[in-house]
This record gives sequence, C-alpha cells and structure tokens, in this order.
Amino acid sequence: MTSEFWLHPALILLAGAAVLPLVPSAFRRPFLLLIPTLTFARLWSLVPGTFGEIRFLDWTLVFGRVDALSSVFGYIMGLMCLLGTLYGLHVKETAQHSAAWIYVAGSLGAIFAGDFLTLFLFWELMAFSSVFLVWFRRRPESLAAGFRYLLVHTAGGLSLLAGLVLHSNGTGSWTFDAFDVSNLDAGAWLVLAGFLLNAAVPPLHAWLPDAYGEGTFNGSVFLCAFTTKTAVYALCRGFPGLDLLVPLGVAMALYGVVYAVLENDSRRLLAYHIISQVGYMVAGVGMGTELAINGVCAHAFAHILYKGLLFMGCGAVLHMTGKSKFTDLGGLYQRMPWTFLFTLIGGLSISAFPLFSGFVSKAMIVQAGFESHLLWAGFLLNLASVGTFLHTGLKVPYFIWFGRRNCSEETWNRASEPPGNMMAAMAAMSVLCIFVGCYTPFLYNRLPYRTEYDPYTGYHISETLQILLFTAVGFFLLLKKLEPEAKVSLDLDWFYRRGAGLVMRVARGPLQTLDTWVGELYRRSGLEPLMRAARGMGRFDHRIIDGAVDGLAASVRGMGGRLRSMQRGSLQESLTLAFLAAAVVVAVVLLTL
Amino acid sequence: MKLLAFIEFLRGRLRTVIRICLGVLAALVVLDAIPGLVHKEGHAHTWVEAHLPGFWAAFGFVGCVVIILASKAYGHSGVMKREDYYDE
Repeated sequence: MTSEFWLHPALILLAGAAVLPLVPSAFRRPFLLLIPTLTFARLWSLVPGTFGEIRFLDWTLVFGRVDALSSVFGYIMGLMCLLGTLYGLHVKETAQHSAAWIYVAGSLGAIFAGDFLTLFLFWELMAFSSVFLVWFRRRPESLAAGFRYLLVHTAGGLSLLAGLVLHSNGTGSWTFDAFDVSNLDAGAWLVLAGFLLNAAVPPLHAWLPDAYGEGTFNGSVFLCAFTTKTAVYALCRGFPGLDLLVPLGVAMALYGVVYAVLENDSRRLLAYHIISQVGYMVAGVGMGTELAINGVCAHAFAHILYKGLLFMGCGAVLHMTGKSKFTDLGGLYQRMPWTFLFTLIGGLSISAFPLFSGFVSKAMIVQAGFESHLLWAGFLLNLASVGTFLHTGLKVPYFIWFGRRNCSEETWNRASEPPGNMMAAMAAMSVLCIFVGCYTPFLYNRLPYRTEYDPYTGYHISETLQILLFTAVGFFLLLKKLEPEAKVSLDLDWFYRRGAGLVMRVARGPLQTLDTWVGELYRRSGLEPLMRAARGMGRFDHRIIDGAVDGLAASVRGMGGRLRSMQRGSLQESLTLAFLAAAVVVAVVLLTL
Repeated sequence: MKLLAFIEFLRGRLRTVIRICLGVLAALVVLDAIPGLVHKEGHAHTWVEAHLPGFWAAFGFVGCVVIILASKAYGHSGVMKREDYYDE
C-alpha cells in the first residue's frame, strides 16, 4: 500500500501536539523546545525527491514532494516555528502550543503536498487550528473575530475544493502542478480565488487585520507567518506568470499602506503591512521570470523573519502593558529600551535598509518588474516602500516608544522588558534579519533558481537610502498630521460585520412580519379546515371502524373460548406429541426407501 | 541599561543629531551626482533617474507627503468611525 516510510516534518509536530498535554510540567519547557528543533532538523535534512506516496481509493496521495521551491518555504517555516515557540515558552496553557504546532503542521503539509487532495486536507487543518490562536485571547471581541475568520476561510476552502474537483475532473489528474495560465478553466479560477483569499488579496483581505489584531500576544506571531506565505507558495507553484497577479499585487501593496496611515492599533497596522508586503510577492508571481520567482521566495523568507520580529515587539508591549493602541501608549523607551531596539531592527528590515534583510529580497522583485518593462509596477512598488518605512520603520517605534506619553499611570507602571525567553527570541530574530541582509549567499543559495543578483551596487544603495531618508523628512515635517486618532477604519469586512446586522434587521422586521402573516394565513385557510376534517375522521373512526374492529375482536374471543373448551390439556404437550409422531413417521419413511 | 543611557544621550543632543542627519541627507544627493560612485548606466531604468541627481530623494519625499495627505483625506471622508462603531 505505501512506499517506504518517509518521516514527514509535520508528523513530528502533530505527535508533539498530541503528547504535550501529558508531559509533566517539570519537563514541559525542554519538550516545547525539543519538538520544533526536531522538526527544523528534519526539514534541514530533507533530500529532493518524491516521498510518502499512499494509494487511497482511486487517488495517489503524495505527502512529500521535496524540491527547490518547497524546501526553501519548508526551511523558513521550521525556523519560524522554533523561534515562535521560544517566544511563547512561558505560556502555561498547553493547548495554545498544541494549536500553534498543528497550525504549522498544516502549513508544512500543504507545502510538501504533491497532489490537490493532500493540499486541501492540510489547507483546512491550517484554518481550523489557527482560529484557536485568536480565541485563546478570550475577549468577547476575539471570539467574534475568530468566528468571522473561520467563516471567511471556510468559504475560501469551499471555493478551493470546488475548483480542485472541477479542474481535476476536466484534466483527469490530481497532481498539483502549474495551471495553464494562458487558458484558465472554471476550476482553475475557483482554485485561484481560494489561494488569493489566503494571501489576503483585496477584496478578499479583510479577515487578516480583523483576526491578527485580536490574536493572543504570541498567537499573532505565528499567524503573521504561515497562512499568507503558504498561499504565496501555492501561487508560486500553481500560477507563475499569470499577468492578472501583477496589478493585483501592486494594488495590494498600496492598499495596505493607505490603511496603515489610518490605523491606531499597532498590531492591526502591522497586519495591514502584511497585506502590503505580500503584494510584492503576488506581483512577483505574476511577473513569473526566474528573477521574480527567486525574489518572491527570498522576500517570503525575509518577510517571515522581520514580520515575526515586529509582531514579537508589539506583542511584548501588549503582553507587558495590556495595550496595543498608540492612543494608550507612547514614551515607553525608558521602560522597554531593548524591545524598542529589536522592533526598530524589524522596522529597518521591512523597510529594506541596506544591511537588513528586506534590502536583499524586495529589490529582486522591483528589479524584475523593471526588467519586464513594467515601469509602472516598479515605480508603484517603490512608492509602497515609502509607505512601509513611514509606518513600520517610523510610526510604530515613534508612537509607542517616543512621541506623546498617552499611557495611563497603570500602563506606565506595568511596562517593563518582557521575560527572558521573549527577549531571546527577539534577539535571535534580530540577528537573523541582519545576517540575511549582510551575508547574501545564506539566502540566495536556497532559492529555486541560480542567481547572480547583487543588491549591493552603488546605484541601488543610493536609490534606497534617498527614498528612505527623505521619507523620514516627510514624516517629521507632517508629524502633527500623523498623530494617532482613536478611530476604527471601515474596511470590506463591513459587509459581513454591519451587513450581517442589516440582514438581521431585515429578518426581524419585514421577514418576521411576512412569516407571521403566512402563518396566520396557513392557520385560517389550511389548519382550521384540516382540524374540522380531522374531527370528522375521528368520529368516523370511533363509530364505524372501531365498531367493526370491536365486533371482530369479540367474535375472535368467543371462538377462542369455544376452542379452549374443546381442548383436553395444554397446547405445548399436544404439539410436542404431534411433532414427535411426525418425526417418527418421517424416519420410518426415509429408512424404508 | 547602557542602551537607555545611549538613547538619553542622543535625546539630550537633539539639535546636533538633527544637524548631522541633515548633513547626511545633503551628502546623499551630492554623492548621487558623482558618476564614479553611483554608476547609473545599466542600473537606472528610465531617463529621469539617470539624468536627475537626487531623483529618488524627491520621489521619497513627495511620495511620503502624498501618501499621508491622500490617506488621511480618504480616512476623513467617512471611512474612520468611532471605536464602538461595530458594537451597536
């Protein structure tokens, strides 16, 4: 049935998640580090090839397709899982760790899946495990946000499933390979919609800031890495060179920037910048050249590190002070200077400062845009870079650690550096962000295609520094304009948040009235005649049918009494004698024949 | 705690820090105009980049101002609501 056993990295996490609640608390911390370390080691040791093929009914499930593309995504997911677990190491509730590990297992399973069915299976596992990272925050808002997240992802999953079935019935193959992007069938469009939803491409994006802003302090560190980047992997695998993705990606890069200006919650701001950064990747997939695909993988790799670091920094502020809004924070550099430094490093990395990780990855996609003669895409992506530095590099650090001190007395007193494991995770992330930025072969040698790309040219450094530093000038000149406002910005989740209320009002008002009216009509015209008919039937039943039946029963009873008087003894005795006699007769007949 | 002392040190000399930053900004634009340092041929994608020193500086500054003003205008056009908007 199966080929030789191949240890799937996700299996280590799933087993770990199952065993974790049984581990005595004394051994829990080492165990929490052991499982992601083993998973990461397993991911590191994978050799290219196709493994874990299992025949199931008419399908061949392929659990382990290891190639250049899946390896680079698998590697960074494993690394992120290890550092994310380290960050939340002091969390006592084991279910939180288990949920996070199952979520990562879903992501790894989808990345190494070689067929659509396996992909779908792990895709759904991701959605249903990650929602707990939101629910475990245990605020009423988190519960609602979690349900919205789940509903949206269920819709996306259904689109994906419908697309997979349609497409595979058409082609007769369940293998997960690139779609024919010049001629997409209906199934492929549905699959694309499912992928784009998980990549948070507008208008299918509103679930992301909604849920990630409501996650637990360490849950959002996991959330920010896995769902969108797994979708980027799936797009890379399925739709490279699909032209439509370039304008979608560029629009998304700018969309996130606009909402980040308006946002007052630091973690929701970071969430909008995920949309913006994933926009670069989606656009890169659309360009589809070797340089672009390399850029997508490099940027996903770098992004997971610096975005994880940024969510760790803001998560640390949330964990220590209980606040994440700029209007409740400010001036914290005296209380949490190291957290400030780590977050700043994340901010400089996402802004693509020279020597930081974003610099060596983002430029590949922009360069690929210019080389594909998509000048508008190149310029607009550079404009999005302006917005990135403006918010993540400047606004977040400034309004949390400097700026006006909006903290209440209580917040100020609670604020201090987070526990050692959180500091260690942030320090490790910071070192990685700088290492990836300084030593390019570490990242470039893992990319799917060989590359001679060199980001450290005089022109590129000059271009980047000019863009970024003059953005800073604009920031400080317009600082008053950027003062945070305690507002929420309406996004497309309005349609299912207020839209649902509207549906309810319609249901309570006109629909309820209509229902009552129909009910009344039914009672008058249907129910009452029916009751009358039923009463008539009852009388007929009572007088005629019952009479007949009773009469029959009486006559049967009378006959029984007469029979009884005819019988000598008990019926069983007579029957036994009769059967014995019959048996003797049969035996005699058989013997004589 | 050395880090905190360093931040305080910089904040105590804010004027000097700003002057140094302005010097760096000016130097960036000047250096961009020196062909020996910044090879534009083969790297610049369009005519303006190649022939306008400090093009990207202007791009960064104008881009930043446009993003802030346009986004705020969008936000104040009715998109930004009270925080309890969804609780009603």
